[in-house]
Amino acid sequence: MRKTMVGLLTGVSFAAMGSLAQAQELTILWAEWDPANYLQELVNDYQAETGVTVTVETVPWPDFQTKAFTEFNAQGSAYDLVVGDSQWLGAGSTGGHYVDLTEFVKTHNLTTTMAPATMQFYSEYPGGSGTYWSVPLEGDAVGWAYRKDWFEDPTEMANFKAKYGYDLAVPTDLKQLVDIAEFFHRPEENRYGAAVYTQVPGDAITMGAETFIFSYGGSLGDYANYKVTGLLNSPESAEGLEDYKKLYGFGPPGWGNAFFAEVNTAIAQGQVAMGMNFFAFFPSLLNEATNPQAANMGFFANPPGPRGDDFAALGGQGISLVSYSQNQEEAMKFLEWLVKDETQKKWAELGGYTAAAAILESEEFQNATPYNKAFYETMFKVRDFWALPEYAELLDEGQQGFYDYVVNGNGTAQEALDKLAATWVESLKAAGYPAE
Amino acid sequence: MMTTLSPSSRAATRGWSDITIRNLFVIPTVAFLIIFNVFPLLYSLGFSFTDFRASSKAPVNFVGLKNYTDILADPVIWRSFSTTLWYVIVSVTGQFVVGFGLALLLNRPIPGKGFLTTLLLLPMMLSPVVVGLFWKLIYDPSWGILNYALGLGKTAWLTDANLALYAVAITDIWMWSPFVMLLSLAGLSAVPKHLYEAASIDRASKLYTFFRITLPLVAPILLIAVIFRTMEAFKTFDIAFVMTGQPQAELISSRLYKMAFAQWQTGPASALAYIVLIMVLCITNIYVKYLNKAKER
Repeated sequence: MRKTMVGLLTGVSFAAMGSLAQAQELTILWAEWDPANYLQELVNDYQAETGVTVTVETVPWPDFQTKAFTEFNAQGSAYDLVVGDSQWLGAGSTGGHYVDLTEFVKTHNLTTTMAPATMQFYSEYPGGSGTYWSVPLEGDAVGWAYRKDWFEDPTEMANFKAKYGYDLAVPTDLKQLVDIAEFFHRPEENRYGAAVYTQVPGDAITMGAETFIFSYGGSLGDYANYKVTGLLNSPESAEGLEDYKKLYGFGPPGWGNAFFAEVNTAIAQGQVAMGMNFFAFFPSLLNEATNPQAANMGFFANPPGPRGDDFAALGGQGISLVSYSQNQEEAMKFLEWLVKDETQKKWAELGGYTAAAAILESEEFQNATPYNKAFYETMFKVRDFWALPEYAELLDEGQQGFYDYVVNGNGTAQEALDKLAATWVESLKAAGYPAE
Repeated sequence: MMTTLSPSSRAATRGWSDITIRNLFVIPTVAFLIIFNVFPLLYSLGFSFTDFRASSKAPVNFVGLKNYTDILADPVIWRSFSTTLWYVIVSVTGQFVVGFGLALLLNRPIPGKGFLTTLLLLPMMLSPVVVGLFWKLIYDPSWGILNYALGLGKTAWLTDANLALYAVAITDIWMWSPFVMLLSLAGLSAVPKHLYEAASIDRASKLYTFFRITLPLVAPILLIAVIFRTMEAFKTFDIAFVMTGQPQAELISSRLYKMAFAQWQTGPASALAYIVLIMVLCITNIYVKYLNKAKER
């Protein structure tokens, strides 16, 4: 009997110690990329300060959404926090997977301390509701990397001026960008004009195409009122998509399955004059170990369209508290630490793209790397895709529609957008949104 | 040869009855199959008649046959079905021709036959994802070895709408022909030698011997290989998913994956899975019918 009692007490003690130990651990889910490594480095400081172990668990990008939502759907508590894509906000909030952080946002005055666009697109859902579901963590958007040595070559400059009538320099609008891509497109020299996003799995080609559609004065629809017709298939949207197709034509051969890795590879191999990519992927272009052209790299923000509309597709993510977490109190403490000025500053120093407005505006940040200034400029002109719970259906239809025109060359831009607009209207109706 | 338990063996002395053996081995296996195969199968059949989304906590509504009718009226799904059907025909025919051809070559005394057979079996031992990535490099239009070796310039195998499906099928043929070869070799080595001797005495031609002796006797095992490969080719996902994003080359498994796990349309995805299951069962039944006929002959 005595032995049994001792055994039971020992068991209970171990169980209690186990649960205590559990409370001292937090797990964050994110995609497998460099910023996740920077975050792990950052949270080591939190561990040193508080004794709470924070682990950043990563999943390859193609499986990230599936892994996260499989866990959410099972109401699993494996992850306390998730650094989720902006498009997930609808599904995450209406599905009950995210904890409402509105009070937290108000208490910490995040609507003024963070760049406005990041609060709007990474945190607020529905748009304009004043309800917030995440803290902006990794700001990101589409920008451009270019070969400074090619742009500054006197012969190239003279030839360009003779052909186009203006100086070869960083483009001041997207029409100039298309000219420059055309100028450098010399397949016989294994040199190509531009590398843009074209991949269908994921969201690549939509991110590239929407950047042009927004900047040419078009739109993907009225997100607040679920209207598509006349907006997605406006003449401005069609003009933007046409020029995006032109840029695709100035890319390397077989450029129909390209995302961030392929763009950086084409740049590193000295194939292209310009490459579209999210800013998060630019650090590796300055690393001579991964890019022999590192010394020749320059960067610029996406230029405005022909009528001055100045936008770029939003990337990046906010960090959300998972509603099934067993450690919500500890996770809230972690978020409080994360939004502190000094933490955000350290985050930026490590290589993370902070969304803290004061840091973004500081000279120190803007001069820290060759691309930070362009990043700062971009973060105040971003636009995003639909963030409805059904965003994935719209995205899949968008990917197929854009690809069919841009890569497969079927029909005209106007026809492609008319068809996509009709498809989206049907999908929105089927999902129960007010019919147009 | 039938073996019996020696009266002095441990099992016999323990006196394991049929009931004990059933309880120890059969019941756990059946229970496992019911829990992990039969139950999910029936559960997903239920889902296929609802608008259930696994990512949503919205109430689940019974929609009758709507998911099935929507799928059968969706041109994107029909495109995926026809692409898959063409892919199965190209891939399985290629595997059959290459695999059986290799087996005929290896079914004769050649030096280093064992080593050569092992070498030829290597592709099917690799992970499909690794094979896909490997062939993606081979097909690369800028630095891939295929264009260079064949002098095809900058042919974009994996992004050209007319070529992508064939590029994936070639990879599948490369990977799975050894499987057909292996089964064919087993069949060829089982053909009684005296039949060939008799044909030789009767001065039968090589072609006559092949069509009247070899092929009829190997046919049942060849059909088994074709059944396996057809079912697998119909379900191909990994290689195609890794190699190309070309919508014109989208196989039905990729469409199913997108519906189920990217868009979380659990109800319609379950309905599509059932349609695919029924199709595979129908095709398999046709083969099995031919297999039985071949055995009877």
